[in-house]
Amino acid sequence: MKNRSLVSINDYSKEEIIRILDLAETFEAQPRQEILKGKVIASLFFEPSTRTRLSFESAAMQLGASVIGFSSAATTSVQKGETLNDTILTVSNYSDLIVMRHPVDGAARYASEVAPVPIINAGDGANQHPTQCLLDLYSIRKTQGTLDNLDITFVGDLKYGRTVHSLTMALCHFNTRFHLVSPPELKLPSAVKRHIKDAKLQYEQYTDMSEVIPKSDILYMTRIQRERFPDPLEYERVKNSYNLVNSMLDNGKPNLKILHPLPRVNEIHTDVDSNPMAYYFQQAQNGIYVRQALMASILGNK
Amino acid sequence: MSDKRKELIVSAISNGTVIDHIPTENVFQVIKILGLHKLSNPLYFGTNLESKKFGSKGIIKVSDKYFEPEEINKIALVAPSATLIEIHDYEVVRKSTVTIPEKVDKMVKCFNPNCITNKEDVSTKFTVLYDEAGNLKLACHYCEKNTSKENIVFI
Repeated sequence: MKNRSLVSINDYSKEEIIRILDLAETFEAQPRQEILKGKVIASLFFEPSTRTRLSFESAAMQLGASVIGFSSAATTSVQKGETLNDTILTVSNYSDLIVMRHPVDGAARYASEVAPVPIINAGDGANQHPTQCLLDLYSIRKTQGTLDNLDITFVGDLKYGRTVHSLTMALCHFNTRFHLVSPPELKLPSAVKRHIKDAKLQYEQYTDMSEVIPKSDILYMTRIQRERFPDPLEYERVKNSYNLVNSMLDNGKPNLKILHPLPRVNEIHTDVDSNPMAYYFQQAQNGIYVRQALMASILGNK
Repeated sequence: MSDKRKELIVSAISNGTVIDHIPTENVFQVIKILGLHKLSNPLYFGTNLESKKFGSKGIIKVSDKYFEPEEINKIALVAPSATLIEIHDYEVVRKSTVTIPEKVDKMVKCFNPNCITNKEDVSTKFTVLYDEAGNLKLACHYCEKNTSKENIVFI
């Protein structure tokens, strides 16, 4: 993986995914190691994403790397009309690795083709966010002890949620049984279902989440965004039907864990937070170790 | 016999290539894709010609020009039924058909308005896929979205 960009989770084979997760475990045991001392990592956030940016920057700094960059395009020469090509080529002169977030779909793939240094995609528009996917896989493996043969339930906006799409595709390596809970207008796109079918795996679709909770090992919640609905009345109709409250978890399996890519709004009630099944805040913390594993692996130090 | 007469509606050529059985509405697109409008060779074309197989068809004849398979396969997206006839000294020396390529580069716009290829000066690249019903789709190399056949717009 040395010097190779990570743009889409599909760029990595099953073995490469497992290698990153194994390496992330060693960083969880010892997150502060000066193995990237002397390296410069550019953190280019063409659109703001505080959580992802701070996670990457903290991960890099804990390994001794220096971080340069910007947190929104507003203060950069992009504002003056500079092309992505020029920004990337310029910043490549100053850094060993570029972490980038961009509002346009495909921007990261393009950057990886023009940049002489490797790129890590920290989200390109509605397309891919592979480090979120890796930290989700890490969280699943850590809480369940395995990635194989699990019952994984996705709830909410399965149509537009890019984290759901990437994670579904990655889980196709691991013999997952998929349970898909969404309003009819926000079902998983057929292109993603095709991946499940191609892997000869099973999925079931539901509109009500209560019946599927007792079967699940992982409940992956997502936010339903008002702007996704052409008709505001439709939104009003469904907005509360995918809100998880603590009492709904009474008949959950003992190993059930609840994940959420965050930020949450009201889809998980705060009364769930103190339930040991709630795992979304630890999930975010796991992002540090996965990002450390990736950067160390791409820069060739591990 | 009637076939021969129709061929002659568009002048016969002594040497060159005839592209027959083009959907009549796509004749100009084929000319554009192959860049025939930029050649200095004599070029003849016809549209709305009678065809036994298709009802109506278009035809293109270009003098002193022969195509490599990868070049001619570019037209398969708009004219999958096209027949290619190579003419030497008024004689047909070879007939062939076109094959839809696995990759489609720099020819089609990505349907996704938020794709980098629609935002910056980046050439499009697609992989050709087929859905379960056998319909052709183009998967964008950059934004990873599919452009279905009915949404294909040529650059």
